[in-house]
Amino acid sequence: MSTVDKILALIRDTSSSLPDDVEKAILKAMRREEKGSSAKMILKTILDNCALARENVTPLCQDTGTLTFFVDSRLRKKVNRKVVSEAARKATEKGYLRKNCIDSVDGRSYDDNVAEGAPVIHYFEPESPDSRPTVTLIMKGGGSENMSRQYSLPDSSLGAGRDLKGVEKCILDAVVKTQGYGCAPGILGVCIGGDRATGYEIAKEQLLRGLADSSKDPRLAKMEKSILKKANSLGIGPMGLGGKTTLLGVKIASRPRVPASFFVTIAYMCWAGRRRTVEI
Amino acid sequence: MIELKYPFDEKSIRSLKAGDAVSITGVIHTGRDKFHKYFADGGRINVDFKDGALFHCGPVVVKRGGEWKVVAAGPTTSVRENPYEPEFIAKSGVRIIIGKGGMDAATLEAMRKYGAVYVQAVGGAAAVSAASVKRVQGVDFLDEFGAAEACWHFEVEGFRGVVAMDSGGTSLFDRVASSSHKKFLEFYN
Repeated sequence: MSTVDKILALIRDTSSSLPDDVEKAILKAMRREEKGSSAKMILKTILDNCALARENVTPLCQDTGTLTFFVDSRLRKKVNRKVVSEAARKATEKGYLRKNCIDSVDGRSYDDNVAEGAPVIHYFEPESPDSRPTVTLIMKGGGSENMSRQYSLPDSSLGAGRDLKGVEKCILDAVVKTQGYGCAPGILGVCIGGDRATGYEIAKEQLLRGLADSSKDPRLAKMEKSILKKANSLGIGPMGLGGKTTLLGVKIASRPRVPASFFVTIAYMCWAGRRRTVEI
Repeated sequence: MIELKYPFDEKSIRSLKAGDAVSITGVIHTGRDKFHKYFADGGRINVDFKDGALFHCGPVVVKRGGEWKVVAAGPTTSVRENPYEPEFIAKSGVRIIIGKGGMDAATLEAMRKYGAVYVQAVGGAAAVSAASVKRVQGVDFLDEFGAAEACWHFEVEGFRGVVAMDSGGTSLFDRVASSSHKKFLEFYN
């Protein structure tokens, strides 16, 4: 199989098949919701939708999102921009991707989803030289991307100070503000600190972590659990119509900051948390 | 799940309560930004919306073997139609509006006055929404508005949603927003 075909298969599978852990979490959530509730019906519809999309190999959500690739730097030559662009072009032709790429200046559509900087490709350094090199793709739709936010502490309108309590307040405020918009139940990727740009970058990277994964920093691991519990007690529920399931997971990282800045950045992912990794 | 079949009579629509899960069968018509603007500007439409349903949707529809086939048909955000919807409800006699994210107080009031409900479809569920469209009866304004904004006539079977705004003046969005905000404040008091 050529590398283009391998990337094409990765796009196809990411678009049409929700990750196992996300689907299982939705199933678990559905069982927890009350019998006859709208929350249960919505989660059941989402699960039916995922089964149907997988069976028919069609996009599980009509917004096939921004394609963001994370590529092991040892694959820099093999999985280059030309190869990724060709795969995106083929995926669009085959209907795995919607025509979803618009020129921001004149509003015209790049009908093959290929343009300068699209798809997005990040090369990363492998953690160990012995590991098998991988490529990971996430597809994040506009409805969820529009709900990502950055706070700057202290935030007087929220009464959030420069401490972990203030950080938590920002994150829960983001959950409250997202209701009815980003299709819930969602997943939060959070970065505490960093500059504005790295804040968004690191927050989005947290969405690559599996739902069962806890932060290695015990303070952050504790915070992940506590925010998930609090968010799900708000009663916002699937699609913001009430229920016990508002979030499926919270993943937090921290980065150092300069004394003058204290950003809290939240990357919101909708239930259609499409991510997939392959070895090349 | 409450089954609703076209034509949707006023009595059964008025008996629906915010929070009810519904399954819709019959014909529904799509209409979004350009459609609403056209109607508000006094444009003529040949569709009879009396006791009917309007779907805020920009579908992906392709022609296969001479027939229209719906590939994806999720709901689009409804707030953009707020300025037009009360008048549309009053003049057209529509009973069900299907969309995403809910609508404003003026629309809720029009629903109360004329007997209509707002149904939230499941956002992102493109595959099931498309599968519930059994046949495309036809399309209006295809050339004028483009495929995503045209007025498509879908025959649907078991199209699922939740009544989010009822004709008694209750909006589930408002209710959940105020209770969740209250709970949020409680954490910090």
